[in-house]
Amino acid sequence: MVSLLDIIGPVMVGPSSSHTAGACRLGLIARALIGGTPDTAKVELHGSFARTGTGHGTDRAIAGGLMGYQPDDVRLRESLEEAERTGLVIKFENTKLRGDHHPNTTRITVTREDRSVVMIGSSIGAGRIVVTAIDGFPVDITGTYTTLVVVAHDEPGIVAKLATALAEESVNLATMRVSRRQKGGDAIHIYELDSPPGPPALARIRELKAVKTLRVVERVA
Amino acid sequence: MYDSLIDAVAAAEEQNISLGELALRTEAAEGLRSRDEVESGLQRALDVMRGAVDRGLVGDLFSVSGLVGGDAFKMTKAKGPLAGTVFTDALAAALAVQEVNAAMGVIVAAPTAGGAGVLPGVLLGLAKHRELSDTQMVMALATAGLIGAVVAVRASLSGAEGGCQAETGAAAGMAAGAGVELLGGTPRQAMHAVAVTMQGTLGLVCDPLGGLVEVPCVYRNATGAAMALCGIELALAGVEFPIPVDEVVDTMGQIGREMDVRYRETAGGGLAATPTGRRLARERLVQIKPKKGK
Repeated sequence: MVSLLDIIGPVMVGPSSSHTAGACRLGLIARALIGGTPDTAKVELHGSFARTGTGHGTDRAIAGGLMGYQPDDVRLRESLEEAERTGLVIKFENTKLRGDHHPNTTRITVTREDRSVVMIGSSIGAGRIVVTAIDGFPVDITGTYTTLVVVAHDEPGIVAKLATALAEESVNLATMRVSRRQKGGDAIHIYELDSPPGPPALARIRELKAVKTLRVVERVA
Repeated sequence: MYDSLIDAVAAAEEQNISLGELALRTEAAEGLRSRDEVESGLQRALDVMRGAVDRGLVGDLFSVSGLVGGDAFKMTKAKGPLAGTVFTDALAAALAVQEVNAAMGVIVAAPTAGGAGVLPGVLLGLAKHRELSDTQMVMALATAGLIGAVVAVRASLSGAEGGCQAETGAAAGMAAGAGVELLGGTPRQAMHAVAVTMQGTLGLVCDPLGGLVEVPCVYRNATGAAMALCGIELALAGVEFPIPVDEVVDTMGQIGREMDVRYRETAGGGLAATPTGRRLARERLVQIKPKKGK
């Protein structure tokens, strides 16, 4: 469904909806996945992101997203200096990712305290984005909904328990997807929600024994 | 939202409302956002457009590479036969927004950042010469949004997919239809303004130097605004384009799909591949090295 505000928008810092606004949104999602501003970040730029990213401020936009700046925040222009000032260590590298990727793709590895997350995401035009992998799990996150990312031990009934926890707090599911790398290992659950989950719903999910990590990715588009 | 401008015009005529009003009613009925939310979003877009034009006309901004800047200001001192008219004011405003964009200022992607100057150029150029309320301007943005939504679904709004015809070309079509309604034209006239404007941008390639939204993008927003004003004049005079608007949009999509990759934002062809284009990209753009956090 196309909204008038998708066409007349977003309000953003220039110069490119794909290389700047979309890149910022990818940074915001990496930030949400690690649960706040990371301690360190490695940002690998692929394809057109690598070739023309610097002139488009792609590096500044991703750094700004990692620090929680939105695409219309003028602080994006000085985000690299601000990152350095506040001790966020960001390393940028050009890379050639294996497999089939959109021309505007980045792999972002973030660490915070004793955790780390590796995410692959693409900016697919007009500021829209899609995250295609988290920690090696294939995913499909567009940021148009509040998204719950749960890593849980792969065991019977876990999907029902998670869905029940959300339903009991009246949180409606728009879409859901579960994928795993191997049977009986860990599975990643992606739930796109019509409304943000409240603390009681999140607490119920955290209480489940099989749940290893739980992250809420706020709507970015 | 509609996927056919012909259907949208028929619906607007049946209900005796403008395309803008139809767009607002349609989106509210879809249920994801309320009418208030959409109208306040469009009002914010209008405010940001005004801010970007004002900022760009000052003339002290330069792009990251230094290749563009200062031309909007020159247009405020226009000396040609159309100086002081809607035409030169629209060109100045379109350049101003793109200069702000190239300098990492705040703009409204409408429909994209690369084509962001056309719509505010035309609408704010018109507003400088007519008494137009914010309510009327917001309605015109809704008209533009409906046209853009049809183009997004039937063709493309991405230079990487469809060339510049999908960015400044689509923006010009949006601005032409919106401008017609803003000046009291009918939905049918708006539709013909879109058709006649977009036929003029068919085949337009996306060939930015070094792949950056600078040259020729800034100037192409000015020519896009001029094309939209042409469409507005013809349509308000009653000119009807013989090929239906939906087929013009479909043609743009088809040409985009058949367009060689060199002409789709890769800096592999067109002006980017000229001797001067290559030299400027090498001299001015490659020097920008990524700054790294420690």
